[in-house]
Amino acid sequence: FRKNVEDFTGPRERSDLGFITFDITADILNEKSYLEIIFDWNVKQLFLYLSAEYSTKNNALNQVVLWDKIMLRGDNPRLFLKDMKSKYFFFDDGNGLKGNRNITLTLSWNVVPNAGILPLVTGSGHVSVPFPDTYETTKSY
Amino acid sequence: GLGPFPGAAMDLFGDLRRMNKRQLYYQVLNFAMIVSSALMIWKGLIVITGSESPIVVVLSGSMEPAFHRGDLLFLTNFHDDPIRAGEIVVFKVEGRDIPIVHRVIKIHEKENGNIKFLTKGDNNEVDDRGLYKEGQNWLEKKDVVGRARGFLPYVGMVTIIMNDYPKFKYALLAVMGAYVLLKRES
Repeated sequence: FRKNVEDFTGPRERSDLGFITFDITADILNEKSYLEIIFDWNVKQLFLYLSAEYSTKNNALNQVVLWDKIMLRGDNPRLFLKDMKSKYFFFDDGNGLKGNRNITLTLSWNVVPNAGILPLVTGSGHVSVPFPDTYETTKSY
Repeated sequence: GLGPFPGAAMDLFGDLRRMNKRQLYYQVLNFAMIVSSALMIWKGLIVITGSESPIVVVLSGSMEPAFHRGDLLFLTNFHDDPIRAGEIVVFKVEGRDIPIVHRVIKIHEKENGNIKFLTKGDNNEVDDRGLYKEGQNWLEKKDVVGRARGFLPYVGMVTIIMNDYPKFKYALLAVMGAYVLLKRES
């Protein structure tokens, strides 16, 4: 659901603020072999983040990170999270969330090695979420 | 007579005096060549990567546990590389010299490619708006020094030590200078 609220974290105009709850089920695997787990000897940690990508009249491309998590070597690379609330405020640059039918949520991760290259990987599988046409006025978050 | 250490020092000064002008010029030229080569390699890196500072040292703990103070980062800054959420960028706030290494958490890009974005350190509670210039809410492409592509832990500690303890820096330079000037190619 959405509210139109003054964006108190940034510019002083009224912008759309979106609220999303989500579930994540994921298996983070090695790129080269889908069977191997990603945590090999040179992977120190993974920085996971859930980002929402969408287009508005104002901006051709918008990406907002809603949630992130650090997974250290030794943690279980399977995620099974339910009913998560977004960690960060989902403010649009303007009023582009109202009636926006196509917000794509994708899970990506940054592989941080012990030494070497820093790749960014996007998970396969993403979800499209529509926002309603009206604003929510009273529901608390 | 004298002990071994003063004896070695006397040998060194003896060497210096015995070197005639020609040898001295030769050593100086040798030294200049080494410095020029190093500068050329650095400039070459700047051209290849497109970044004004292709190698940076992490100065704070705001990106822990991924990066710690003293880690070395390798950057590229290709013009056509789009800035996307999740990337680690090194940027400078207008008017300040210190490069900051944080992650992009929000982007808004127009059709013509104009982009404004927000950053945050992984280890920080809040985003970087407090670090930007007064009244500035977003970063732009021009603020970016480069994108972090690779990293080596600990190696940058030498730079931090030299900054925090200038005496160490001068001592190191003196030793290096003495070595290069006095080294003989026999």
